[in-house]
Amino acid sequence: MLSINNLHARIGEKEILKGLNLTVNSGEIHAIMGPNGAGKSTLASVLAGREDFEVTDGSVDFEGKDLLDMAPEVRAAEGIFLAFQYPVEIPGVSTTNFLKTAMNEIRKHRGQDPLDAVQFLRLMKEKMKLVNIDQSLLSRSLNEGFSGGEKKRNEIFQMAMLEPKLAILDETDSGLDIDALRIVAEGVNQLRSPERATLVITHYQRLLDYIVPDFVHVLYQGRIVKSGPKELAMELEERGYDWIKDEIHA
Amino acid sequence: MTPTINTYNHFKDQLLASFRLAEDRMNGEAKTAFHGIRRAALDQFDRLGFPTLRHEEWKYSNVTALLKEDFDLDASSSLTANDLTQLEIPNLDGNILYFVNGRYRADLSRVVSPASEVELLSFADAQKAEPELIGDHFSRYADYQDNAFTALNTAFAQDGIVIRVPANTTVAQPVILRFVTDSREKNIVSQPRNLILVGRNAEVTVSESYRTLGDGAGFTNVVTEINLERDARMQYYKVQNDTEQSYHIGTTQVRQADSSHFYSATVTLNGNFVRNNLNIVLNGQHAEAFMYGLYMPNGKQHVDNHTLVDHAMPNSYSNELYKGILNDSGTGVFNGKIYVRPDAQKTNAYQSCKNVVLAPGASMNTKPQLEIYADDVKCSHGTTTGQLNDEALFYMQSRGIPKDEARTLLLYAFVQDVLSQIKIQPIREYLEGVVRQKLGE
Repeated sequence: MLSINNLHARIGEKEILKGLNLTVNSGEIHAIMGPNGAGKSTLASVLAGREDFEVTDGSVDFEGKDLLDMAPEVRAAEGIFLAFQYPVEIPGVSTTNFLKTAMNEIRKHRGQDPLDAVQFLRLMKEKMKLVNIDQSLLSRSLNEGFSGGEKKRNEIFQMAMLEPKLAILDETDSGLDIDALRIVAEGVNQLRSPERATLVITHYQRLLDYIVPDFVHVLYQGRIVKSGPKELAMELEERGYDWIKDEIHA
Repeated sequence: MTPTINTYNHFKDQLLASFRLAEDRMNGEAKTAFHGIRRAALDQFDRLGFPTLRHEEWKYSNVTALLKEDFDLDASSSLTANDLTQLEIPNLDGNILYFVNGRYRADLSRVVSPASEVELLSFADAQKAEPELIGDHFSRYADYQDNAFTALNTAFAQDGIVIRVPANTTVAQPVILRFVTDSREKNIVSQPRNLILVGRNAEVTVSESYRTLGDGAGFTNVVTEINLERDARMQYYKVQNDTEQSYHIGTTQVRQADSSHFYSATVTLNGNFVRNNLNIVLNGQHAEAFMYGLYMPNGKQHVDNHTLVDHAMPNSYSNELYKGILNDSGTGVFNGKIYVRPDAQKTNAYQSCKNVVLAPGASMNTKPQLEIYADDVKCSHGTTTGQLNDEALFYMQSRGIPKDEARTLLLYAFVQDVLSQIKIQPIREYLEGVVRQKLGE
């Protein structure tokens, strides 16, 4: 599904990704872990198409297409979803209105008819249950005045509505208490299917108790330096990152 | 370019000569108190002259281009009802009164409210039929001593509207004033003069709109005086969607008595040069004024909003929100003055001006001015001018919304704070349509 080869990216003069390789197949959940400053969020941003980052080398193939050649909205329409670490507040635009616009733009891209109000509301009701989100929240301006937990739940709700092929969760666990974490994880798990894949970017192992990955990768200094089964996450939790740094520098 | 003395004087001389010619033709009218005010205003206009950029109140608004136009002071027009169809707002109900080149046109107008609810008569008719009314109120609120354009309007006051709402009456239907400049054959000057008197515990909604028909230059210099008695309530909308050849300078002067409420929205979507003065004197306790504004200059348009809230008595409240979207080489000015007089304890006054600048050639000048002479007050002001939030745009794109669409959605949300204040639905919908069109350009 996703194949990243020798990816180099920088912001301004600072090179952050330095030859990253990663392959994700449908049905898989991959966890990307690593110390602060390793390039985890940069990877998420580059995949979603944030303009601040310049890709200087390498390629990203998504379902046989050149992902790096697409505008962010086209990536979304092709099935990429980024759950933001810091969801943006959009005054004056309700979540409902926002999502309806987004869904219908995506449908247009795929050559589908727009959803009518009834179909949209039905779908919304169904997905609201999934993440335990309240109707009143969705009628308010998007993320404006939402608590940290509400913002993250709203991200997962949007993901549930848009049903992406590849979901990228960028530190979705940061700032969440254990109850909110469980709700978010449940939302993600319910969307698990053989056709979809998830990339979970996290600093802590805690989220991986709830979203169990098939693979764990350690990102360090802009490269994936170690990959392993889910047990690797446990080991990182116990031993920290220093032993990996030592291995590399040895 | 520095304007020559001639540029500044040609139009002025033309106006002065026209006044004297009209005066010479008067019979008894020249001796009336009403005309005495006009003459005094003319003398003041003569002394003041048109403002230059050196004038503090006109620092960012250059009237040179206006003064260079060659205007015909004959306001006659061949406009008929057929010509108005292109200016109509769909589904608009209420009292719809047309003024062409500043003159009331009963033949084009429709009054639906009963006379017991609201008295609507042209300013020209009111001069003849109700000289005491005019004597009591004309030029009593809008001071012309420091404002050449108000002086000019006062000197040439001839027609416009007089609206009087009796005490304890709610005017069910809005009063919609449509000022049309017919510049199809010549460059036109129109100077409507309006007087709106809302009695004790009475309520009315009034909308002023300005349109030009034709490719000639149109200069509108309007003054609207409003007096709200105790417990009166008024919604006041000023709507400008004019042509690239139009110049508009207007003053709305409001005086509010105890516990009166004034809600205003000033929406300027198009026009070559626009200056709106909105001056409110809160001359009673517990009086409240809400002022909303929206302006969207693009191309080479210039929109200047000057507001003044004078808190003269204790316990009064004012709240102001002006928003602008500036594109191309469009320029905007917001100057918001708040005075809190020594006696006006427990005043609450809030002011906010927010702007989005979409192009490097567009610019906005904002100047809040607070003068507070009482010590127990709550006042705040804030202005922001910036670009659209890139983070928000990326967030929306990452959900599948194309960048242009995302921009439109953000900007449309931005203007809704102001447009949603307009309670006459067909006018609001009409404006929303124009805004959408402008944002989509």
